[in-house]
Amino acid sequence: MTSVLYDVPGPKTRRLSLLFSIIGGALILAGLIGIVVFLSLPRLNAAGVEQPGMFDPSRWDILADRAMWRSIWRGLSATLQMAGVAAVLALAVGVVLSMARTARSAFIRIPAIVVVEFFRGMPVLLMMLFILLVFSSGQFWAGVGALAVYNGAVIGEALRSGIASLPRGQGESGLAVGLTPLQVRFSIEYPQAFRQMLPIIIAQLVVLLKDTSLAYILGYQELLNIGLKQGPTTFGPTYLFTLFFVVWAVYLAVNLSLSAIARVVAKRTASGRGGGLKARRAARVVSQLAGAGMSGASTPLPVTGVRADPTAGGPPSADGDTH
Amino acid sequence: MDAIIENLPRFIDAFLVTVRLLVVSGIGALIIGTLIAGLRISPVPALRGFATVYTEVIRNTPLTLVLFFCAFVMPQLGVRLDYVVAATIGLTVYTSPFVAEAVRSGINGVSVGQSEAARAIGLRFGQTVGLVVLPQAIRMVIPPLINVLIALTKNTSVAAGFAVLELVAVSRQVIQFNGDATIPILVAVAAFYLLITVPLGQAANYLERRVRVLR
Repeated sequence: MTSVLYDVPGPKTRRLSLLFSIIGGALILAGLIGIVVFLSLPRLNAAGVEQPGMFDPSRWDILADRAMWRSIWRGLSATLQMAGVAAVLALAVGVVLSMARTARSAFIRIPAIVVVEFFRGMPVLLMMLFILLVFSSGQFWAGVGALAVYNGAVIGEALRSGIASLPRGQGESGLAVGLTPLQVRFSIEYPQAFRQMLPIIIAQLVVLLKDTSLAYILGYQELLNIGLKQGPTTFGPTYLFTLFFVVWAVYLAVNLSLSAIARVVAKRTASGRGGGLKARRAARVVSQLAGAGMSGASTPLPVTGVRADPTAGGPPSADGDTH
Repeated sequence: MDAIIENLPRFIDAFLVTVRLLVVSGIGALIIGTLIAGLRISPVPALRGFATVYTEVIRNTPLTLVLFFCAFVMPQLGVRLDYVVAATIGLTVYTSPFVAEAVRSGINGVSVGQSEAARAIGLRFGQTVGLVVLPQAIRMVIPPLINVLIALTKNTSVAAGFAVLELVAVSRQVIQFNGDATIPILVAVAAFYLLITVPLGQAANYLERRVRVLR
């Protein structure tokens, strides 16, 4: 509640703030009421026949229809299926790419950099189209492949920066006790990097889940397609608005719960290290990557971007309320 | 290769559509996003709450769903728009919370001492933000904002699914008649995207270095 930007309010300011709150709240409420009234007006369809308003019970009785929920469930499970397979593959791709990017030989490292940058710079839809048309793989694998490659590149970058941010001594002492470089990677560096970057990885998985809806454009039968394309044809076009709300709510429920998990994980890793710099870094990185829901990031992720964490002395909420 | 050269005018038209989507919705998102970020840090709880809910809801909605609403649900509500306009509105709305988050984290990133000092010499909230915090925040915000714009560039491709003839949609059409040249056509389209994203990425890197020297 407190912020460095303004004082703890005194009585006068509190009154003023209350006034603004009421005015602001009233404006927002008025806007919402305006929208509701607009939506509930009856309207004419293309044929000039009057249709009931959006809140007319005849538009919402579908909510009691088991068949509708069954088809929504079918769509959701198709979406989750694609997201699940793609997530596993993306993690694998991420590990491989981060290995390649940190390889000692420039012959491996430089091509890996080019590959990562290329995949991160391409629209996922274009990649889906490429896989679909060039490998004629079917819509499911086109979606899975593009999502795995794209998100794998992003996760690979996260893992790489996670490894780069480990103290040098970790790898050196591993080598000193006689582990091979590969053993150092897998039994010392990755476990730590993975743990530290877990919040980012989960945030990226939310992005992946959202992006499965792109497969709708290819014609894959997922939540959006079944709910909003087939739904109105099976149950009647007047239900489009209702179905839109149902699909929206389902997406929000799934994504928000994943985001909530990411937040809990971020806090976990935070407390596990005595609330050290790393924890805060992880929390920040989540906030940056939350922004990377748009994940366009062409600059390498954190490490460099972390700076001395200027918010450290600020309100504790500054890190926590990234969502 | 012939297929690309033959259809070059179409590709260039499509490229211009992509650029227009990018520029118009980019500007719109910058304006709305900055306003939302302003609400998000304001001392008034109601406005803060509204901004938070707006950010959360939109950020967790797939872009495809937002565009579907603009292109196919809005007409049913009696708002009939050209598909390009609908896509522009959808992209603007979808991008604005990401802009807001970038701006907000920039504002949070200005060191605490700055605003404490400003407050100590008696500046009010508006003055603290406007004269001290924002001028510094803008510098820190530019690189992440460019990354948002790069993501927006890629996101314009989603409009292909909603009757907008931009790069991806046109490439699909061209491929229908030139099935043997699928790979070159898609690579050409990829090159068009790189034509926008690479310079933007370079600019982000350059600015990030400049800013670091200045601080």
